[in-house]
Amino acid sequence: MSRQGLVALACLWIAGLAGLVSWGGQAAEIPLQDRQSGYQLMTPETRAMQDDDAANPGMLWVLDGEALWQRKDGRANLSCADCHGDARQSMKGVAARYPAVDPGLQKPVDLEQRIEMCRTEKQQAPPLRAEGKDLLALAAYVARQSKGMPIAVVEDDHTRPFISAGREIYERRQGQLNLSCANCHDDNSGKRLAGSPIPQAHPTGYPLYRLEWQTLGSLQRRLRNCLVGMRAEPYAPGAPEYAELELYLMWRARGMPMEAPGVRP
Amino acid sequence: MTGIDETRRGLLIGAGLLVLGIKPARATPEAMKDAIRTVIGDAPLREGKVTLDVPPLVENGNTVPVTVAVESPMTDADYVRAIHVFNEKNPQPFVITVRLTPRNGRARIATRMKLADTQTVIAVAEMSDGSFWKASAEVIVTIAACIEDIN
Amino acid sequence: MARALINVPATAKPGEIIEIKTLISHPMETGYRVGYDGAMIPRDIIANFTVTYNGDEIFRAQLSPAIAANPFVSFCTVAKESGTLTFHWTGDNGFTATETAKITVE
Ligand code: HEC
Ligand code: HEC
Repeated sequence: MSRQGLVALACLWIAGLAGLVSWGGQAAEIPLQDRQSGYQLMTPETRAMQDDDAANPGMLWVLDGEALWQRKDGRANLSCADCHGDARQSMKGVAARYPAVDPGLQKPVDLEQRIEMCRTEKQQAPPLRAEGKDLLALAAYVARQSKGMPIAVVEDDHTRPFISAGREIYERRQGQLNLSCANCHDDNSGKRLAGSPIPQAHPTGYPLYRLEWQTLGSLQRRLRNCLVGMRAEPYAPGAPEYAELELYLMWRARGMPMEAPGVRP
Repeated sequence: MTGIDETRRGLLIGAGLLVLGIKPARATPEAMKDAIRTVIGDAPLREGKVTLDVPPLVENGNTVPVTVAVESPMTDADYVRAIHVFNEKNPQPFVITVRLTPRNGRARIATRMKLADTQTVIAVAEMSDGSFWKASAEVIVTIAACIEDIN
Repeated sequence: MARALINVPATAKPGEIIEIKTLISHPMETGYRVGYDGAMIPRDIIANFTVTYNGDEIFRAQLSPAIAANPFVSFCTVAKESGTLTFHWTGDNGFTATETAKITVE
């Protein structure tokens, strides 16, 4: 990360943290009925940007994903559509139950990782660049097919150990500021940090267009932002901790409607 | 805004400039006035006819929605020839110019702009009779708390 | 080729005023940002956007670095006759993009 970026982060979070010390409080889970999407905290203008398909910049990636879905690629010379047919049917509700535990790998994979698996194993093509335009486009296109559907990650014998691992990371204090995710997102959500409201961290809209990024980004990228903000060392790209955190967050948001491609400040 | 104390606001603005990577103190209210002068020449700039819709408080200066509407019948005899948008504190005062004709039917445009800081935005309408009209709005820019490096 | 998203009503009545919304993928790099290496990132913007309706120009915009990334521009026009709207963007580093949309007026 650039020095300039670090300086900026330090400014912002330190500005907000003076207040945080006095917030105190003990990590307590948010009751199901009190859960709220980050969408609810946005200004009417930013909400309108998400709601109107003709104005939501995330739709540019969905459009691109639609084209990539049809493109033959790899040694297998197959397109996603060759195996999965019409995504509007075959991918409906899929993103709402990711990350999912892969039976072969015996660990959770998120939507982007699942797409990469098809890309490398089924299409036999080189992996797409993580956080690159094509992978985000495919993820946005697939996730879009679940828009409005309830998040459907369930706790069962396969997912339980990984949900627990994710929860443990979420509640663990880490980084130079000695904060946990729960300190902000459970105990202090709705309050302001350096001017912006702290959401409850429900990953309803990913991949989403963040105004700050001026582009579409994955949930992993969002988590990296928070880790850097906590002045903790972000996990290596693709590290298992991300999928565990994502799984825990999606389980925590179970039943909430999918918004992808969302828009956030 | 009364809720933000001055020191914090100062910090936020400083950081905001950093986010956009902008060297402070480039454009000024004077630079904006000069830019407007290059468009309108010596003609008087009157208040009215123009509605400038910008959110009073934005969460991120990277993407600020702006809508400009001008009262006009949009007939061959009386129409809006152009709409110009200016700002006070970005590195350059000029934001956008659009050219219109009676074929537009209604003089209303929308776009999204970057605002490096809390500031005034001005929309100027150039009418077919050569007159100029304006509206202005104050925008308070807060910024996202978790930002990152560019990648 | 840049992606663009054009929203034009598929049908309209003669003389009806319709709203057209456009989005195009582009970084709109201001030329005022500093990159990793401490050097300025050069300006890279879309500078011009024009729209024709069956060949007649109906809209023209001049954009600046102050326009947000992935520019959104909307405007109105009178639906005169059925035909094609052509959207054309040009910018720094030889950037050009063209999109079309059909409209039926009856
Ligand atoms: C050769 C056929 C084939 C191709 C090509 C293919 N897939 Fe798959 N995909 C599968 C199969 C089979 C599964 C079921 C899981 C498995 O057996 O690995 C699957 C599973 C998936 C899933 C998870 C579905 C679920 O219900 O959990 C997603 C998402 C997916 N594919 C996306 C894609 C995308 C995007 C592409 C194109 C880049 C693609 N696939 C290309 C065969 C294919
Ligand atoms: C110091 C407070 C703080 C801590 C600690 C923190 N975050 Fe955040 N987080 C925020 C704020 C504030 C936002 C809203 C975006 C912004 O303004 O940066 C956010 C946004 C998010 C979002 C996006 C929600 C949406 O609506 O899209 C997720 C997900 C998230 N955080 C997860 C986490 C996780 C996981 C951790 C721990 C690894 C964590 N955060 C640690 C303050 C925090």
